[in-house]
Amino acid sequence: MALLDVKDLSVTFARRGQRTVHAVDGVSFSVDAGEVVGLVGESGCGKSVTSLALMGLLPRQRGVSVGGSAIFDGTDLLQLDQRSMRDVRGRDVAMIFQDPLSSLNPVIPIGLQVTEVLVRHRDMGREAARKEAVALLDRVGIPDPQRRLKEYPHQLSGGMRQRALIAMAVACQPRLLIADEPTTALDVTIQAQILELLKELVRDSDTALIMITHDLGVVAGMCDTINVLYAGRVVETARRKELFAGRRHPYTVGLLRSIPRLDAGRGEKLTPIRGSVRDVLPWTEGCAFAPRCDFRVDACLGEPPAMTPTHTGHEYRCVNPVPLSQPEEARA
Amino acid sequence: MRSTIPRGPRMTLAPGKKKEKLDRLAELSAVRDDEQGVSLWREAMRRLRRNPSAIVGAAILVIFVLVAVVGPFLVPFDPVDQSGIREGVIKPGSIPGSSAEHWLGYDHQGRDEFSRLIVGARQTLIVGIVSTLIGLTIGVTIGGIAGAAAGLGGRWGRLIDSVLMRIVDMLLSLPSLLLAVSVAALLGPSLTTVMIAVGVVSVPIFARLLRGSMIAQANRDYVLAASSLGVRKSRIAISHIVPNSLAPVIVQATLTLATAIIEVAALSFLGLGNPDSTQPEWGLMLADAQVYLDVRPGLAIYPALGIIITALGFTLLGEAMREALDPKLRR
Repeated sequence: MALLDVKDLSVTFARRGQRTVHAVDGVSFSVDAGEVVGLVGESGCGKSVTSLALMGLLPRQRGVSVGGSAIFDGTDLLQLDQRSMRDVRGRDVAMIFQDPLSSLNPVIPIGLQVTEVLVRHRDMGREAARKEAVALLDRVGIPDPQRRLKEYPHQLSGGMRQRALIAMAVACQPRLLIADEPTTALDVTIQAQILELLKELVRDSDTALIMITHDLGVVAGMCDTINVLYAGRVVETARRKELFAGRRHPYTVGLLRSIPRLDAGRGEKLTPIRGSVRDVLPWTEGCAFAPRCDFRVDACLGEPPAMTPTHTGHEYRCVNPVPLSQPEEARA
Repeated sequence: MRSTIPRGPRMTLAPGKKKEKLDRLAELSAVRDDEQGVSLWREAMRRLRRNPSAIVGAAILVIFVLVAVVGPFLVPFDPVDQSGIREGVIKPGSIPGSSAEHWLGYDHQGRDEFSRLIVGARQTLIVGIVSTLIGLTIGVTIGGIAGAAAGLGGRWGRLIDSVLMRIVDMLLSLPSLLLAVSVAALLGPSLTTVMIAVGVVSVPIFARLLRGSMIAQANRDYVLAASSLGVRKSRIAISHIVPNSLAPVIVQATLTLATAIIEVAALSFLGLGNPDSTQPEWGLMLADAQVYLDVRPGLAIYPALGIIITALGFTLLGEAMREALDPKLRR
């Protein structure tokens, strides 16, 4: 039994007079304790909406509807009422956001923001919470935590801020951590540190981690299982090694090709995926990726492709997959 | 800042384990800064001190407050003593001007004008501050509830917000002086009435301002981040959104002090102020002086200057604070 089992998750945004947007369209995946699962895709493919839906943080208003189920340790997160969901958030499931500067309250010292979680979920007194906060900041690698507690977000460097946010997220030892592009706003050296820290936290505490990213490079070093999303659906899912060695979906191949590589020849150009994420076909009319796909055949249009399973558990949603033999850049 | 980077063994990237390397990098990338936490407010204060108009405004206000607080104990004459009439210096058509003894001369009832001006500052200050506080308290309460309800409360919240804001709109649609006059007329002329009237006028401004800024803050990432940690809505509203929304309200309060002083003077001028007309008050002094404009224009000019300079002080400081607290103007 997986820790989190997402089945058929769908999120639609309806606005009067406009076409309903299927931001997430039947996404299923599962996460085990201690496992790192990647959700990968371009902007607009539904990664962030998926995470917000799991956290129950989508705006509750007319027009936003969430379907499917997300069974976390026996309870369906999507069915919980607001009050119980608030108890789950931060205690059992926590999230790390993309932009650490805007995710921290600018007028409150870091310390107060960290202790807030502890007071809320662990019934700590002020003094105990402060001590725990020092320990937490220390654990996420913030030097001189005593002093940092009194400082304000703008006084910390980008990496420090993300570390502080991570400290807040792991404060109550959640069993599931969702990291939504945790390194996008950081420069490359800091990225490496933050990823290293996340890996360490997962290893030490058996926490499950959902990594949401557009960067397959990040995924390569961290994730056990990778789900590639396109236009709200999972188009390919595999264990990390299998995906990098034997990716079948043209979209995955495209994502891999658009990563700059150190061993590429000088002057060699990156190969972007044609078009943009706006050029999608509704899934009901065939493969959403078809308009941008180099491997398109007639069968791509008309009927939505189903997931094709293989014996290794690797699945892809494509009628004309990239042949395995093609010697693409396969690296893990 | 150069020298505060800790001098350990020389940084070399080649040897050592990866983990150590990363820790070292983390240490170096940290902002080394020996200042303790610099809050938004402290930062704003620093900018205020560099702004000449803030200095001028603050200087005016310090003098004004000093005069209002200490002045009445130091005045040369009793401001209600009609010595000029007793001594027969006031005659119809002639009010003596400044002399060595009476620096600004007598007023029309034979009282020392200078003493009245000084003592009048106190009442002007008290009424200005109290009425602004009344407006601030009611306005911030309404605006805070509406803002929190609209920003976090879902469908019911938006309903509460609408109801509150329509009430505020009604207040806003009335001309402020007319509203003040009606309140004053309704409650009968007294000092309290003036304060309530002037306070009520500023309620909608504070309410709208705080609500708008709270709704803007409610959509910020840190609010989402706080809710992702399970922080309760009430706490998010009080300890996250409100502190971030207060800056424009504080600026507005300073500016409102200026308007309040003018409005108090206007109400007194219209005869709706303190019924005890022997007590000096700048607006009242101005009103009394209008009959004697041709005889002694100074009687009108002195209190008018007092009102203008004080209002200017508050406005200068308020505008400077607006600049200091505006995140868009921060480098």
